[in-house]
Amino acid sequence: MKPQEYSERNLEVAGWPVHLTTYRLGDKFHSIADNVSPGACLARTTADTKEEAEAQALAKAERLLARTRRIL
Amino acid sequence: MSDYAHPEALVSTEWVVQHLKDPNVRMIEVDVDTSAYAQGHVPGAIAWNWTTQLSDGIRRDILSKADFERLMNESGIRPETTVVLYGDSNNWFAAWAFWQMKIYGHKDVRLMNGGRKKWISEGRELDTQTPAPTPSSGYQASEAENSLRAFLPQVQNASEKAAAALIDVRSPQEYSGEILAPPGLPETCQRGGHIPAARSVPWGLACNDDGTFKPLAELQALYGEAGVEEGKPAIAYCRIGERSSHTWFVLKYLLGVKDVKNYDGSWTEWGNLVGVPVERGAGKKSAKGVS
Repeated sequence: MKPQEYSERNLEVAGWPVHLTTYRLGDKFHSIADNVSPGACLARTTADTKEEAEAQALAKAERLLARTRRIL
Repeated sequence: MSDYAHPEALVSTEWVVQHLKDPNVRMIEVDVDTSAYAQGHVPGAIAWNWTTQLSDGIRRDILSKADFERLMNESGIRPETTVVLYGDSNNWFAAWAFWQMKIYGHKDVRLMNGGRKKWISEGRELDTQTPAPTPSSGYQASEAENSLRAFLPQVQNASEKAAAALIDVRSPQEYSGEILAPPGLPETCQRGGHIPAARSVPWGLACNDDGTFKPLAELQALYGEAGVEEGKPAIAYCRIGERSSHTWFVLKYLLGVKDVKNYDGSWTEWGNLVGVPVERGAGKKSAKGVS
């Protein structure tokens, strides 16, 4: 199978920049949310629609990012 | 890619397509997110899990020579095999695997430029079947080449006596001490900041938006500003040593700096030590965001 409908965009979640990548593989959409700097994956989700996959990824990313403490 | 000091250490996605059925090439995916492989991978590629197959979690160490040899045999790798590594996050842990393969003397190891991201963004074939390579036997690794690896005393020497250019490749917020771990990840140290004398060059500044490495001239300018010079040793560090193995690769194989070490103890060692100095703030080099 080849990935199709590939898209990337940057947005802000819980005060942090997030990079969201989504593509379709077969009949499923895969979405990956990573923290732009340094670039580690925060969430990887699979769903029937692009909107659903992205919403799940962003929700999970938000839960993780909300725990990040700013010390200074 | 041909301008780099060691262009043979990189292959393009197109090169990989042309060698998918080459029996002397073993493709291996190494991801930060170890679930990525199962969602689809380069056809024929096997996966290495960095948490269980590329580190000794009890000793907090790289693989032992015996464990490395076992991994090579299980993966069907012979001394003459061309190993091509790739992964997510622009090849972070692929570079970590590359570094260990060089420590144990494997001759022909390469990174797929752009990693998993570029392969997928180009719409190339993904396979969900896990191949079972025919195991090899008798792989004999070299004794560990520890000149590629920085240990605490060497880092202290670099910090106190400027014996080497110290490069902190974490995010600007980690470098300054604003946060203790990358956003969203567990905190693994007692305090924030950076090793005194270290300069901030976030790893991602070495990459283009598509995940490939920037041209030689841009890399020379980037690291030259941070005090990396021909003939002067350099040490890269991050939090646990994987992002810094990415920078280690850039310095050694793209820029050709001869004496480059990866400090895999990194901030989870230094940031938890008792009685060592820590600097906070943006430091000498203004902190830039990752492109």
